[in-house]
Amino acid sequence: MEEKKGGRRSFPKAALTMAPLYLFTLVFVAGPLVYMFVLSFLTRAESWGVVGEFTLQNYADIFEPVYLETFWESIKLALLSTVIIAAVGYPFGYFMAKLPPKWKKRAMLLLMIPFWTSSLIRLYGWIIIFRANGVLDSALMGLRVTQEPLKLLYTYPAVVVGMVYALLPFMIFSVYSSAEKLDFSLVEAARDLGASPLRAFLTVSFKLTLPGLLSGVVLTFVPSMGLFFIADILGGNKVVLVGNLIQEQLMKTHNWPFAAALSVALLLLTTLILFLYRKISGVKDLEGLV
Amino acid sequence: MNHDYILQLEDIHKRFGDTQVLNGIDLQVRQGEFITLLGSSGCGKTTTLRIIAGLETPDEGRVLLEGKDMARTEPNKRDVNTVFQNYALFPHMNVEQNVGYALKIRRRNKEEIRSEVKRMLELVQLEGFEKRMPSELSGGQRQRVAIARAVINQPKLLLLDEPLGALDLQLRRQMQQELKRLQKKLGLTFIYITHDQEEALNMSDRIAVMKDGRFQQVGTPGEVYDSPRTAYVAQFVGSANIVRGRAGERAGEGVSFENEDGRGEFLPRGKTFAPGDPVVLAIRGEQAQVERAAGGQQGPGLYGTVKEKSFSGGMLRICVELAGGQEFICSRHGIDSELVPGDRARVFWQPEQPCPVEEEGA
Repeated sequence: MEEKKGGRRSFPKAALTMAPLYLFTLVFVAGPLVYMFVLSFLTRAESWGVVGEFTLQNYADIFEPVYLETFWESIKLALLSTVIIAAVGYPFGYFMAKLPPKWKKRAMLLLMIPFWTSSLIRLYGWIIIFRANGVLDSALMGLRVTQEPLKLLYTYPAVVVGMVYALLPFMIFSVYSSAEKLDFSLVEAARDLGASPLRAFLTVSFKLTLPGLLSGVVLTFVPSMGLFFIADILGGNKVVLVGNLIQEQLMKTHNWPFAAALSVALLLLTTLILFLYRKISGVKDLEGLV
Repeated sequence: MNHDYILQLEDIHKRFGDTQVLNGIDLQVRQGEFITLLGSSGCGKTTTLRIIAGLETPDEGRVLLEGKDMARTEPNKRDVNTVFQNYALFPHMNVEQNVGYALKIRRRNKEEIRSEVKRMLELVQLEGFEKRMPSELSGGQRQRVAIARAVINQPKLLLLDEPLGALDLQLRRQMQQELKRLQKKLGLTFIYITHDQEEALNMSDRIAVMKDGRFQQVGTPGEVYDSPRTAYVAQFVGSANIVRGRAGERAGEGVSFENEDGRGEFLPRGKTFAPGDPVVLAIRGEQAQVERAAGGQQGPGLYGTVKEKSFSGGMLRICVELAGGQEFICSRHGIDSELVPGDRARVFWQPEQPCPVEEEGA
C-alpha cells in the first residue's frame, strides 16, 4: 500500500527520466516490428520494393511443403542444440558457482573473453578446425584415432557444434546466477535429515536451480531458432533454416513481403513454443525473462 | 566402553587452514540430558556441533554415538538431527513438506507422513499451517517448523545451533520454556549452542563453557555459576569481577589476600595457598559492598574512586576505578546511592563470597 502511494507521488519525475527509454524502445523495437507486420501483407513490386496492395498470399506461401519442412528442420536443430547445451551447461554453471571466489572470477573471465571478439570471426575459427585436413583432422590422424579426414565442415554436426558453441555461455551464466544464490546450508539440512548426496541434490539443489536452467533453455532455444549465419558458415548450403530462408528472400530474391511474412511466422511460432513451455514447466517467473 | 552415554567426544581436534579451531574436546552426554555449549563467537562451539552432526570431520579424536565411533560416518547415516541457526527451511517446500522431509526420504507412505506431520505441528503449536510457505511465516513460526522438522524422525540427539538467536527478547523467553517442555515431553537429548549465559543457566542440565577450542568448565548451572573454575568462566557466566593479588597468612578458615588496592579475606574452597602465592578471585557485583571511604585506609577492602553510576535491570551499578586502572562493578538494589562520581570508595566482601579461580583454562 505504502509503496503504491510513494510510487504515485514520484510518478511525474520518474516518467520524465524514463521517457528517453520509452522513446528508444518505441522507435527501435516497436517501430520495426510494426513495419515488418505491415510489410507482410503487401505485394511484391515487379523489380524492387513493394506496392501497397493488400494480400494474404505471402502467408499462404509459407504452407508450401518446402517451407514447412524448413520450419520443422529449424525446430529440430534448436531442440537438439538446446538439449546438448543444457546437458553441458548446467553442470558447468552449477560447479562454477561452487568454486572458491578466486577461481570463480577466473572462470568467469575465461567465459567472457570470447565475447570481446565478433562471433563471426570465432565461427571462422571453427572452419579452420573442421575443414578437411584442418586442425581436428590433423590431430585425430596424428593420434591415429582416424585414418582419413572426417570432412566435418559443411555437415549437420558442424552446425550443431557451432550452435552449442555460440549459445552455451548463456546457459552457463543463467545456471550460474541461480546456483550462486543457493544457500549451501539447505543442502546440509537435507543431508542432516537423512538424504544421500544424490537425493539432497535432486530434492534441494536441483529444484532450487531449476529456474536458472529453465531460463537458460529460453535464452538458447529462442536465438537458435533464428540464427542463420552459423548454418551459413558451418553448414554451407546443406543446412537451411528459417533464418537462412528469410535472409535469402530478403537479400537475394528481394521478396520483402514474403521475408516479412516468414519473420512474423517465426515470431509467432517462437512465442507459441515459449507459451507452451511456460505451461509445461509450471515456472511462472523464469528469472524475470518471460 | 561405557554405554550409559549416548554421545562421547574424545580428544577432538580440528583445524581450518592455519586456525586451530578445536583443541582437544572431551564430552560425555547421557540420554535425556540438556547440555549447552556456551561461548562467544569463534570459540568453536558451532564446529563441535557440526562434527557431532557429521557435517565436518575431525582431524583427530573419536565421536562415539551409543558407543560406536561415527567420526567418519556421513550425516545421513547418523541418528542425529540439527536445528540450524538460520533454520535452513527449504524455501520451495511448504510447511508440511518441510516437516515431512525426513520421513519422505525414508520412503514412508503418504498417510503415515501426513499424520506424523500433523502430530509434530500440534506439538509445536502450528496446527493449520501445513500449506504455508516458509516465506509466509514469522521468525518464531519458522523456528517452530525447523524444530518440528528436526524431531519428526525421533533422533537420538537433537543439536540446536543458537536456535533463538534471531528472535526478540520476549519471544526468546517464551521459546526457552517451550523448548524445555518439548525436550521433557519427547525425552530427547539436546545439545544446545548459545552465547547467552542467561539462556544457558535457564535451560541446561549441564553447561560446557568454551573458549579457544577448549572447554573451560563442564558442570551444572549451579557449579558453573557458584564455583567457576577459571577467571574466564567467572566473567562470562554472571560477569564477575576478577581481582588479582597475593595470598597472605591463614586466618582461621580463611586466607588473607592483598594487592596494591587493599586487602581482604577469602575461603580457599579446597585449594591450598601458601603465603605469597598468586591469587585470582572472582567476586560478583551483587556480592560485594561499596561505601564511601574517608581519607586513609581503614578496614579491609579495595580502595578506589567512583567512576560512574548507572541503573539497569532493577539494579544500580556502581563502577569503582581501582588504583591499577581496573574497574570493579558493584550492583545493588535500589535506584540511587549517596555515592557520587569522584568519591573515594571502599569495596569489601564477606570471606565466603569470593571464589578463587584459575587464571586461564590450562
